[in-house]
Amino acid sequence: MNAVTDILKSMEYGPAPEDPAIVTDWLKRHRQGFGHFIDGAFTPPSSLFDVANPASGKVIARISQGSEKDVDAAVAAARRAQPKWAALPGHERAKYLYALARHVQQHARFLAVLETIDNGKPIRESRDIDIPLVARHFYHHAGWAEILADEFPGAAPHGVCGQIIPWNFPLLMLAWKIAPALAAGNTVVLKPAEYTPLTALGFAEIASEVGLPKGVLNIVTGDGGTGAALVDHRDIDKIAFTGSTEVGRIIRRRTAGSGKGLTLELGGKSPFIVFADADLDAAAEGVVDSIWFNQGQVCCAGSRILVAETVAAELEKRLRQRLGKLITGDPLDKSTDLGPIVHPVQLDRIRMLVEKGVAEGAKLFQGTAPEGCFFPPTLATEVEPASILASEEIFGPVVTLTPFRTPNDAVDLANNTRYGLAASVWSENINLAIDVAAKVKAGVIWINGANTFDAGAGFGGYRESGFGREGGREGMAAYLRHPAPKARRPEEQPAAPVATPTDAIATAGIDRTAKLSIGGKQARPDSGYSYAVLGAKGQPVGLAGLGNRKDIRNAVEAARKAGGWGAQTGHNRAQVLYYLAENLSARAGDFAERLKSFGKAGAAARTEVETAIRRIFWYAAQADKFDGAVHQTKSAYVTLAMNEPLGVVGIACPTAFPLLGFVSLVLPAVAMGNRVVAVPSQTHPLAATDFYQLLDTSDVPGGVVNIVTGERDVLMKTLAGHDDVEAVWYFGTGAGAKMVEEISAGNLKQTWTEDGAARDWTGPRGQGRQFLFRATQVKNIWVPYGE
Amino acid sequence: MTADILSSSATAGPTARAGANDNRNPGMPLRPEMFLAHAVNRNAAERRTASLTARRSVKKAWQAAWLVNAISCIDLTTLSGDDTAERVRRLCAKARHPLAPHIVEGLGIADMDLTTGAVCVYPTMVPHAVRALKGSRIPVASVATGFPTGLMPLPLKLEEIRYAVGEGAGEIDIVITREHVLNGNWTALYDEIAAMREACGAAHLKTILATGDLKTLRNVYSASMVAMQAGADFIKTSTGKEGVNATLPVGLVMVRALRDYGDATGYRIGFKPAGGMRTAKAALNWQFLMKEELGNDWLSPGLFRLGASSMLADIERQLDHFVTGRYAASSRHALA
Repeated sequence: MNAVTDILKSMEYGPAPEDPAIVTDWLKRHRQGFGHFIDGAFTPPSSLFDVANPASGKVIARISQGSEKDVDAAVAAARRAQPKWAALPGHERAKYLYALARHVQQHARFLAVLETIDNGKPIRESRDIDIPLVARHFYHHAGWAEILADEFPGAAPHGVCGQIIPWNFPLLMLAWKIAPALAAGNTVVLKPAEYTPLTALGFAEIASEVGLPKGVLNIVTGDGGTGAALVDHRDIDKIAFTGSTEVGRIIRRRTAGSGKGLTLELGGKSPFIVFADADLDAAAEGVVDSIWFNQGQVCCAGSRILVAETVAAELEKRLRQRLGKLITGDPLDKSTDLGPIVHPVQLDRIRMLVEKGVAEGAKLFQGTAPEGCFFPPTLATEVEPASILASEEIFGPVVTLTPFRTPNDAVDLANNTRYGLAASVWSENINLAIDVAAKVKAGVIWINGANTFDAGAGFGGYRESGFGREGGREGMAAYLRHPAPKARRPEEQPAAPVATPTDAIATAGIDRTAKLSIGGKQARPDSGYSYAVLGAKGQPVGLAGLGNRKDIRNAVEAARKAGGWGAQTGHNRAQVLYYLAENLSARAGDFAERLKSFGKAGAAARTEVETAIRRIFWYAAQADKFDGAVHQTKSAYVTLAMNEPLGVVGIACPTAFPLLGFVSLVLPAVAMGNRVVAVPSQTHPLAATDFYQLLDTSDVPGGVVNIVTGERDVLMKTLAGHDDVEAVWYFGTGAGAKMVEEISAGNLKQTWTEDGAARDWTGPRGQGRQFLFRATQVKNIWVPYGE
Repeated sequence: MTADILSSSATAGPTARAGANDNRNPGMPLRPEMFLAHAVNRNAAERRTASLTARRSVKKAWQAAWLVNAISCIDLTTLSGDDTAERVRRLCAKARHPLAPHIVEGLGIADMDLTTGAVCVYPTMVPHAVRALKGSRIPVASVATGFPTGLMPLPLKLEEIRYAVGEGAGEIDIVITREHVLNGNWTALYDEIAAMREACGAAHLKTILATGDLKTLRNVYSASMVAMQAGADFIKTSTGKEGVNATLPVGLVMVRALRDYGDATGYRIGFKPAGGMRTAKAALNWQFLMKEELGNDWLSPGLFRLGASSMLADIERQLDHFVTGRYAASSRHALA
């Protein structure tokens, strides 16, 4: 007997280790510790903490804990470098990004092995998935740098970007952050995760190797304290964060009112929907690529299998068979499917959640895993929607399986989550698959696939999975801004409404009562109070309802029910809106009179009405033209980037331009299919309340535009805190903007805040595609083809 | 049932022979519902096979053993217009001694009498092969039924099978009428293969689907299932003469079909990729596919064959390197 004849009997794979010698030598050369990479050079190591290889638990490097001073120095370096970097021709920035792509490829194995040692992901994944995607991302964005001026006319970089990335795809997340930022002309201070900072530091060496100008890229290592210093830094223009929803919420609150740009790519609990006509073997393998990829430490992992009852048993059988073949172990072994969990803290969390799930009645089927920081691939059945395993992001190799009855049932279960990052839909029926893809609330949908990524497609979530996109045109847009208008005199807080009887109101005819408009019906304010609306000389010109939180609640409920509006064709919406303009035109005189009663000069009043009519036409025109795109991604995929409405949008209108301000904000929202709860000009709401009669006569379905008059900031506080509102636009005071941004963190609404006096609503900046981008979110649907 | 098959620990290895699968598939009545509604997604199949070959790796002694195992599963093949008795004799000599003596020594496998799984030739070459392999346990496989296109009247096809069997072929690699698949004429396909199975008698029937002509993976799945229902012992991808021959996605679909057939009937069907496989790496990849999708039992020649000719030379070079530590030259190895 010898080795070969023994192996012929067992036909086992045997060890197939990747040799890490070159990387371990590199780590040895840095045994005194790593400093930060600031202004083109490494700082002396200081305040060191240990970084371990999760597979062995052994310390492999010592890393500097970034202090506020370090962050200061890095931001200052980035600030110094930014004007020159942004002023470079796009071609010059493209050459640097191209060089980064090439050098990532030339150091591909170094980066792959280092990533595996630091993070624990199997070498197959770092070698075949992470690093090639990193190179692809830099190539793609070298291209954006080259053509930026042509493709994004008028756009400018934010300036200095603070970027905080997680430990699950350390280098890939670095690439997703850095490549678009640099392409756009921003400079960067990036903080890698404290568990996995090494490839970022290796990348800093590569940046030096290609001669990236100093200060353009700065890397400060450290824990959450370092990240907080970065988030709070006054000289940062934009924060981009990928990580947990919990931390994302904190960042949203801390940046509220600061004027910093913000994009968040957060957690998920993504559904994996399998219909009865699917290729079940393919779906089972899709689960492997979903949740048993990177040990399930994937924000977009399909962690909830929803399967048609008729094939649930069959799929479960195949999953058990497949799970039994998975190899969990040494991540440097080329035959390893699952490596260790990144850190014992995470392992404990996974164990705790799984134990709770079992206590709630879940049944587990598990593979095997070695001793140490490993968790076996796990299939959990008999998991109810309320179970912790079905609702919490586990961030481990644990998937639940729940049967459904009908497609509607599947969609309801899929959307029964706070998150909305990704989804997989498995069916051979294209009608069904695309129908479900359209109905699932998620930023990325893979049909008959899972975890497919490409720099050419946008990635990012709906709901509490965050906002902003990475990759594709929409990802580039997230690192560009259109210089926001500045107010010469900021809008002042309007006086508190006076809700007691007032002086005589001069009226020409029969007394008119302005009510709220909720669900297509005129509604008296719940409070039972009205407040005086004053004319130019302070004389009362009418009364408006004093709306309160219950009116907002009712309005949101009505808006939620009017979901059919977004499902209509753009043509249908356009018809309704054109009709609205027609009816406004027919009553132009009345509206001008109303505006004059607020103190507008006759000509100004007529101009405001005329502009409003044209603006309604413009958005009616856009209703069926603001198209999505088909992205160039991988072969045999049509990657559809669809502009979808946000859902229910709360809108606070500026004080000035009582009609045009209202029309300019409400129209883009409803043209794109959103439903709106609008709080019109607090001081002059009657132009908006007149408007609801137009809505009725123009066949705008009830609930699409709801109008609640009253004290703006009080009403917006309720709207910003309402968990069933997807976005809030606030045009008012700085204090109000800060309040809205802070409170919106509850369900991580998209927000758009601006000084109410900043924009000239009568001019070209009163309308445009920027409004439509704000009114939509991009859903990327990956449709494979080939028979 | 599949679970039982997969958990079976029956040892694989070169000592097994084609006849090891004695519990022959008797076939069953044509049952289209076993394949007509079956979904096969091409993108997913391609993704699976691309990842599968990157998910598994064998090194050093393990790689050597896996390559030795591959040799035991090779149907060493010559199917050329210029085949002669001498050419076949030389091929058979290689089949008997697929590795140079120093490699056999170096691997320590002298005792196991390593041979290829079979020798595969045209019907008229069967007598030469039988003579050349006399005294070995290597079966002679003959292609038949109007190979490679199969466009020949059925009675002549059956007669060709009977001829090859009569000359001593232990295995018959038949080709199907692709038209039946392309037209969805499952009954005709079933009847044709069932008749061929009958003509084979004790010889094992390997059904070549010519998947390169069938084009779609659904066609591949359906044809696989019909062939097994009609009594095929093996299903085989290609003649080697189609534009596209053995590919892993096609193989994946076929092994899943034979797994499903096994689940439904309890009978184990063999699988043979053929055509276009030239490298040792391909031999490993196909074995990874078998082990991962079906289990170790499908790593033995009773249930798995590699239809190849030049693959053996590459395997021999790799094994020479394993034994000597030096990269090898083909000129130092006996020609097949």
